[in-house]
Amino acid sequence: MINALLFMSSGLFLGWSLGANDAANLFGTAVGTKMVKFKTAAIIISVFVIIGAVISGMGASHTLGALGRVNRLPGAFIVALAAALTVFWMTNWGLPVSTSQSIVGAIIGWNLFANMSTDLSVLSKIVSTWVLCPVLSAFFAALFFFILNKTIFKFKIHLLKLDHYTRIGLIIVGAFGAYSLGANNIANVMGVFTTSINLPPLSIGGLFTLTSTQQLFLLGGIAISVGVFTYSKRVMMTVGKNIYKISPIAALIVVLSSSTVLFLFASESLKMWLTSMGLPSFPLVPVSSSQAVVGAVIGIGLAKGGRNINLAVLRNIGLGWIITPITSAIISYISLFFMQNVFMMTVY
Amino acid sequence: MKSLFKNHAQELENNINKYLEVVSNSNLVFERDSKNYVKGNIEAFQDSLDEINKLENSADDFQKDIKYKLYKYMLIPEARGDVLSLLENIDNIVDHIKKLLLQFSIEGPYIPDSLENDFSELIEMVKKSVDVLIRCIRAYFNNISMVNEYVNKVHFYEHEADKIEERIKRKVFKNISLDDFSKKVHIRYFVEQITEISDRAETISERASVAAIKRRI
Repeated sequence: MINALLFMSSGLFLGWSLGANDAANLFGTAVGTKMVKFKTAAIIISVFVIIGAVISGMGASHTLGALGRVNRLPGAFIVALAAALTVFWMTNWGLPVSTSQSIVGAIIGWNLFANMSTDLSVLSKIVSTWVLCPVLSAFFAALFFFILNKTIFKFKIHLLKLDHYTRIGLIIVGAFGAYSLGANNIANVMGVFTTSINLPPLSIGGLFTLTSTQQLFLLGGIAISVGVFTYSKRVMMTVGKNIYKISPIAALIVVLSSSTVLFLFASESLKMWLTSMGLPSFPLVPVSSSQAVVGAVIGIGLAKGGRNINLAVLRNIGLGWIITPITSAIISYISLFFMQNVFMMTVY
Repeated sequence: MKSLFKNHAQELENNINKYLEVVSNSNLVFERDSKNYVKGNIEAFQDSLDEINKLENSADDFQKDIKYKLYKYMLIPEARGDVLSLLENIDNIVDHIKKLLLQFSIEGPYIPDSLENDFSELIEMVKKSVDVLIRCIRAYFNNISMVNEYVNKVHFYEHEADKIEERIKRKVFKNISLDDFSKKVHIRYFVEQITEISDRAETISERASVAAIKRRI
């Protein structure tokens, strides 16, 4: 078990980093403007991230599994480590980076090293969601913007009542966002370990039983929570006050639209329902919550008339789609070589 | 968690409404008392002088309470500065009314009968500008699409008040024969003090207009 935990440390580190950074997307404005206390936000995020991860984390994880079944624990360790290092270095260099794109590159690196073929149909499905994610988020943000704007004008809601409703809305939407984040992004944190680690089913108080994968996701969820409690306050303050200064209602729209997108790309039951209705469904793929947020901010900008949209942001996102997986694949490939030939570990 | 959903907003909304009622009442008192004075009903004017003091104190209390609650409960973080600034500036109007009525009482300016109608007209116009300002502030809170309409109305009444002010001044210095020049200067001072109220109303309404733009999502 200690051995397994040691190898999982890279994934847990990824989880910690996800909690530290992405949680700020959910409650940044609310906490930064002091509408919601940090402690309240941290508890809500932690609880709902874990619920989302354990209940709905499977779907997106299957897609990553279809891209590459990392079948040895040392290999999985390196894949998660390569993704974590890519995120760490690119963040340090000030480049836009997404854990989801990083992990995909690292898995491809493993495929190349292990001489496994990469399923191009799965890869193209994943890459198409990277593009679709911010676009869809922008669409939802524009839609919610129109609905909310009309509602506020029509019902002549008093500024103070609106403030009260916004506060409640930020908490509910933040909880939904945390659930979606857990469901969609847990695959990035723990997805690569699901093939190589097999734990016996765990019964919790005789009420329900957690499968091996669910236990791993629970662990990943806890790592995200630790990231939220230990480091996200600083990021929230930066997001809330400096980076994109938006009103609390705009923040509500941003969180709601980006969370909806993350949910669409994570929910198996929604996918089944859409399929049963004969409607086109969304592939279950981990997507970047930060890019969904940027998409939503742009969507509000477009709904307001398209002024002040920084095209450099869009260019950077596009660059990230190429640079992140390539960097991560290279780091993964080289690290696997060292793990196999220097540390004499079987990586596939 | 319980306090998370507690509705402090309703409490504060009620206080803001009560505060605006006090301002509205002060405006009514201003019209009644200053008209009483210019019409020569000095006894009625002196009898009701205490009323404006009470209203001014009440406005101060509400304003302090609103400020305290806005900060204590961290309400409307984005609009807090604008709201406080608007309410403080409206409070200055109440203060000014109180000061003006007190000055009428202490200094007892001489108002010739021939100026009675002009003064009444000026007082009415100034009163209307404050009335519309209060509606403008209410609109800022719950119907921002109406704010600009009220701003235009305040501007209209302020402009009318300015015209009456000029008319009175010209009459005082050209047409009316007063034995003492200081009496003319005294009348001019009071005319300016009355018009000052609508000038302030105009400034506040313009601030409300900018604050309303900031309220958009």
